[in-house]
Amino acid sequence: MLRFLVRRSLGAMVILLIISAVTFFLFYAVPRDPAMLACGKNCTPDALAVIRKNMGIDEPVPMQYWHFMVGIFAGRDFAAGACPAPCFGYSFANQDPVWNTILDRFPTTVSLTLGGAVVFLTIGLGAGMIAAWKRGTLADKLFSTGSLVLSSLQIYFVGPLVLALLVFNLGLLDQPTYVPLSEDPAGWFMGLLIPWMVIQIIFTANYTRLSRSSMIEQLSEDHVRTARAKGMSGKFVFFRYAWRGSLIPIVTIFGVDLGSLLGGAMITEWTFSLPGLGRLAVESVQNTDLPMVMGVMLFSATFIILLNVIVDAAYAFIDPRVRLA
Amino acid sequence: MSEELTLTKPQDDVPASGEPLMKVEGLTKHFPIMGGFPFKRQVGAVQAVDGIDMSVMPGESFGLVGESGCGKSTTGRLLTRLLEPTRGKISYRGRDISHASRKDMAAVRSEIQMIFQDPYSSLNPRQTVGSIIGNPMEVNGINPPGGREKRIREMLETVGLNPEHYNRFPHEFSGGQRQRIGVARALALEPKLIVADEPVSALDVSIQAQVVNLLQQVQRDMGIAFVFIAHDLAIVRHFSQRLAVMYLGKIVEVGDRESIYQRPRHPYTHALLSAVPEARLDDGEEDQRERIRLAGDVPSPINPPSGCRFRTRCWKAQDKCATEAPPLVQITGNAAGHLTACHFPEEGSTTAREQDVVLDSALRAMESGGPAGD
Amino acid sequence: MTTLTQEADVPAPRDAAPSGAFLSVRDLYVHFDTEGGTVKAVDGLSFDLERGRTLGIVGESGSGKSVTNLSILGLHNPKKTDISGEILLEGQELTTAREKTLESLRGNKMAMIFQDPLTALSPYYTVGRQIAEPYRKHMGVSKREAHLRAAEMLDKVGIPNAKLRVDDYPHQFSGGMRQRAMIAMALVCNPDLLIADEPTTALDVTVQAQILDLLKDLQQEFGSAIIFITHDLGVIANVADDILVMYGGRAVERGSVAEVLRAPQHPYTWGLLSSMPRLAGDVNEELVPIKGTPPSLLAPPPGCPFHPRCEYVDEVAGGKSCSGDRPRLPEGRGAACHLTGEQKKTFFIEQIKPRLG
Repeated sequence: MLRFLVRRSLGAMVILLIISAVTFFLFYAVPRDPAMLACGKNCTPDALAVIRKNMGIDEPVPMQYWHFMVGIFAGRDFAAGACPAPCFGYSFANQDPVWNTILDRFPTTVSLTLGGAVVFLTIGLGAGMIAAWKRGTLADKLFSTGSLVLSSLQIYFVGPLVLALLVFNLGLLDQPTYVPLSEDPAGWFMGLLIPWMVIQIIFTANYTRLSRSSMIEQLSEDHVRTARAKGMSGKFVFFRYAWRGSLIPIVTIFGVDLGSLLGGAMITEWTFSLPGLGRLAVESVQNTDLPMVMGVMLFSATFIILLNVIVDAAYAFIDPRVRLA
Repeated sequence: MSEELTLTKPQDDVPASGEPLMKVEGLTKHFPIMGGFPFKRQVGAVQAVDGIDMSVMPGESFGLVGESGCGKSTTGRLLTRLLEPTRGKISYRGRDISHASRKDMAAVRSEIQMIFQDPYSSLNPRQTVGSIIGNPMEVNGINPPGGREKRIREMLETVGLNPEHYNRFPHEFSGGQRQRIGVARALALEPKLIVADEPVSALDVSIQAQVVNLLQQVQRDMGIAFVFIAHDLAIVRHFSQRLAVMYLGKIVEVGDRESIYQRPRHPYTHALLSAVPEARLDDGEEDQRERIRLAGDVPSPINPPSGCRFRTRCWKAQDKCATEAPPLVQITGNAAGHLTACHFPEEGSTTAREQDVVLDSALRAMESGGPAGD
Repeated sequence: MTTLTQEADVPAPRDAAPSGAFLSVRDLYVHFDTEGGTVKAVDGLSFDLERGRTLGIVGESGSGKSVTNLSILGLHNPKKTDISGEILLEGQELTTAREKTLESLRGNKMAMIFQDPLTALSPYYTVGRQIAEPYRKHMGVSKREAHLRAAEMLDKVGIPNAKLRVDDYPHQFSGGMRQRAMIAMALVCNPDLLIADEPTTALDVTVQAQILDLLKDLQQEFGSAIIFITHDLGVIANVADDILVMYGGRAVERGSVAEVLRAPQHPYTWGLLSSMPRLAGDVNEELVPIKGTPPSLLAPPPGCPFHPRCEYVDEVAGGKSCSGDRPRLPEGRGAACHLTGEQKKTFFIEQIKPRLG
């Protein structure tokens, strides 16, 4: 198990290294010169050179990449200010290390996406299991049809709709906000309730269908029949034998969805005006704050890869054949 | 014991006269296992086939028997060159094809055909029977007199199917009929050798005999040599004049049907024959066969035992068996062509012994009334 | 295990089985609804089984042999299955029994061993836990006691180092060991009835021999009645006392092993015997296969289900029609065939026996 995790982590690091290199060189393939932009209209070649030096882009690109990578572990000093480790770059637009801004915005995104995931996994798996348990009945048909309709909806459509209905028309809830969990748990919860519900509406449906079909498949497995032949009760067999196996395809799909969930954060945060990483990425692209874009990208990639290592570990936890292989 | 051995070169013992159709020397296939930490590399090998010698005469049926993991199917795939051997030599009519390229194989391919075990997955469900049987002719550029379609219809008739079914799809046929299609496909190119890998084991008992009879008819009437691979000893006995018994990638005993089934010398052959459940059909006759019950299953071919591979389950094993791999030779008392790879061979008889050989701990415990386990 | 407490919480048996047999199946019909129509998997089956005896049920795929035994345990899907007739276990009717009652009997009084031990054991739990579960449930013992019992059973069925291996997962066992574990699981509560559905078909021949002997020895010790399902007459000859030959959802012949193998009466049984090569057979004698293919259970042939494949249809006299009249299988020794007793005897001795070498 430990070996498995170490190997996965090593692989993850290699992937990260590749991602960082690709992003970095792409960044410098952008036709707009950041120094030129900072310099303004009345720019002299001397001033440009100074700005270049201050930004750390006067060296050849591979050297810059080297300094960038070293900076992540050792920190760097820019003329505009210090950037202690982990230095993901220095935003000249904000006059602040990129890391500070990321740290500031990250909790919002995590609360939004992982919170949403907890909600949709709970409801989706639950509904799927009820549908599988009662398959063929009215409840099953209701869940199945309902999930088909819901799964075809999109955040930018449902989001404003729910806002209009619950906040502006009925006034049941306030406009979503982010309050740190550590400061006010109740406020944190209430502030994110609407986004969670919207994410949930879209994702739950998929998991209901997946959980239902994979439960039904598991229930027809030989080992489930063996458990019944031993005299174990229907409920016991359902929850102990069939459920565990049904989690494997769910974990697989969840691993894939994590990416789209974080990518989708851009839209969700924009829809609900929440100050998260997705919104930060959009804003920095608009402001041509390239160090910020670069930092956010690398950070998000790391986060997604980390989550995928956790998903792999979940496989091993569920299935001893993976663990002991 | 060893001074009793008459050392003869195995290839000199082919009983029939003339050149063998196919000859195999030191044939070896190891499948690499990748793994390791932190970077993947080859950490071992599945020794599926490990240095076997055999030969098939023109028109004869040669059987390969053994349990799972003995390498009989891999051998079949090596003979048809669906796999490339790791080491060793395969010669077909005197020509070395062990490492022949696709192009060099083309000429030989049509003469060596294969019939597979599963009649469901070995036929393309989207092709008609006509094109399944016709494709090999097309690929090999064979244009029989009267055209391909005529030949295909003839083939269908030969294997007992209605030639009118030319345009049907495999799913319209039963398992036995599909296996007939597989036979027709193999016959279409007028092969000299057919490797049949468990051709009847996926079929119902009443259908098995239909296919066995068809193959036998093909072998006799067309003079096609067969390598008949099966785990069922009774079917191999019925079909093959000569056979080899395999265990963990090695041939442990080879010889004529009569000699192997009546006077086996290798302990494993004894165990195998004794394990076949046999229906006694004669009045008042009890099973006169010896009773040998081994312990456990066949070990993994990844780490086969040293020396003689059967020694870990053998009741006659001694120190020598662990250090020295016994050669496949003709032991004193064996008929010509009957070779055995054993340091301490058994008597050449299958009748009941004074005392049963029971190695299984649970059986021993219950049958002697003592405690189980070790 | 106390039979009395078992029966205390269930309704009294309607009436004792006429024969007083331990297990009695009477006029069993099992039909499934599928998209293609109704599958008549079992079509009027009756048999009895005594304690300590082994009944071998032989048949090919689609003969209804496995379905019969799943319905004894009540493991069919009740929504899609139409079941009629009686299954009496010590006089207790099972086809109409409540699910709770069946649960208390399964794994306890009646247990089952399946064909493929790799898929029949859950990959997610240790072997020991899977063996211990029914013991805990039916015997009401502690987790620790059940675990000890599991190790004891594994040792009994010949798993080396049972005390350690009890905590292994099924994929760490070899094929033969898995089937031993299945047997340990089935016998853990000392059942009166053991149903073994092709338990050795997935195993190597040397391992099969070990498992068959193990089952025989265990039966001596536990005294269970065994229903042994297989397609292999050799295996049946080895383990069974009595044989029931099934074809197209019906029983076509029954008798003791010696009777059925040495003087078979049904043309289907003749066909099975002459299409099967034997180690002691004459290699120059051609196999004689049964022509045609097994019937579709969606539309089984009327009359005798075997008549489209039968060589002796024209021999039937006395106004009986193989395609119209359904032959009855007599109680005790006999075959469901319209041929007269004399014909059956003569045809077998003159035409079939010489083929068997």
